[in-house]
Amino acid sequence: MEFITQPWAWYVAGPIIALIMFLLFYFGERFGVSSNLETFCSIGGAGKFIDYFKIDWKQNSWNLIFVLGAITGGFISAYWLSPSDVVALNPQTVQDLADIGIANAGATYLPDEIFSIDTMLSLKGFFILLIAGIMVGFGARWAGGCTSGHAIVGLSNLELPSLISVIGFFIGGLVMTWFILPLIF
Amino acid sequence: MKYIKFFLVGILFGIVMSKAEIISWYRIYEMFKFQSFHMYGIIGSAVVLGMLSMYFFRKKMVKTFEGNEIHVAPKKRGLYRNLLGGILFGLGWALAGACPGPMFVLVGKGVVSILVVIFGATLGAFFYGLFKDKIPH
Repeated sequence: MEFITQPWAWYVAGPIIALIMFLLFYFGERFGVSSNLETFCSIGGAGKFIDYFKIDWKQNSWNLIFVLGAITGGFISAYWLSPSDVVALNPQTVQDLADIGIANAGATYLPDEIFSIDTMLSLKGFFILLIAGIMVGFGARWAGGCTSGHAIVGLSNLELPSLISVIGFFIGGLVMTWFILPLIF
Repeated sequence: MKYIKFFLVGILFGIVMSKAEIISWYRIYEMFKFQSFHMYGIIGSAVVLGMLSMYFFRKKMVKTFEGNEIHVAPKKRGLYRNLLGGILFGLGWALAGACPGPMFVLVGKGVVSILVVIFGATLGAFFYGLFKDKIPH
């Protein structure tokens, strides 16, 4: 059980993600999580005023079921497979985070400065979470995919649009991490 | 019943995302600071093995379980779409420390505040549908 309960190394996780992509193709579908966000809009009735969302969302039911599985997997992992929530970060990362106002990095799975209930209920904390989500959702649909659809499937398929998107992901991520995060906390 | 296989693959996805700490905000920060090989190793090895899968699909050595050929449809082209959409996505990814897949896995972990991020992401997709004719692609 030790093998399961300790954090998994990259050379375990990467091949499993490749296997997941393979299985979804084998089952006649395609790995891509952010398209579910559009499905949510369609289910919510956005098709009534925007044609873009006027789709037969039932075709995407498999992907909603996949998401349901992902939630279940997160639950199984958290409650039965993970005795510790400590993330063994590079000590330099811990120091860098302390410098920008995020204390005790890695002692818990997520920073309280962003994800605690108290933060969520503050005006600033709520808007940070909301705006981060809006950027992810808008950006993913604009680019035509997220990490799964572009970085994993698209790059595997040697597609130029995916390479450009992934370069974009990194430009945005680096700007946020190096220049904007230090100003927020 | 035809959906159960997607549920099971989803469970595997949720477990690997949490066990490899891909859903930890800190791991994303560490990646963008170039202070750990972890995330690069994960994405890199997945892509290398993914290329191998694509080779089998193209050579028709692997078909779907129903015997159909696997055709990987190309992504939509457009420099503005991919670059600007990508940059916006990256800004959100590094701030939330989660891309769409991990967001849902975090729900299973019991992180209540991630629901605000998911709501925002859905709103973002809605805004894209609303403004897509007014932005460059």
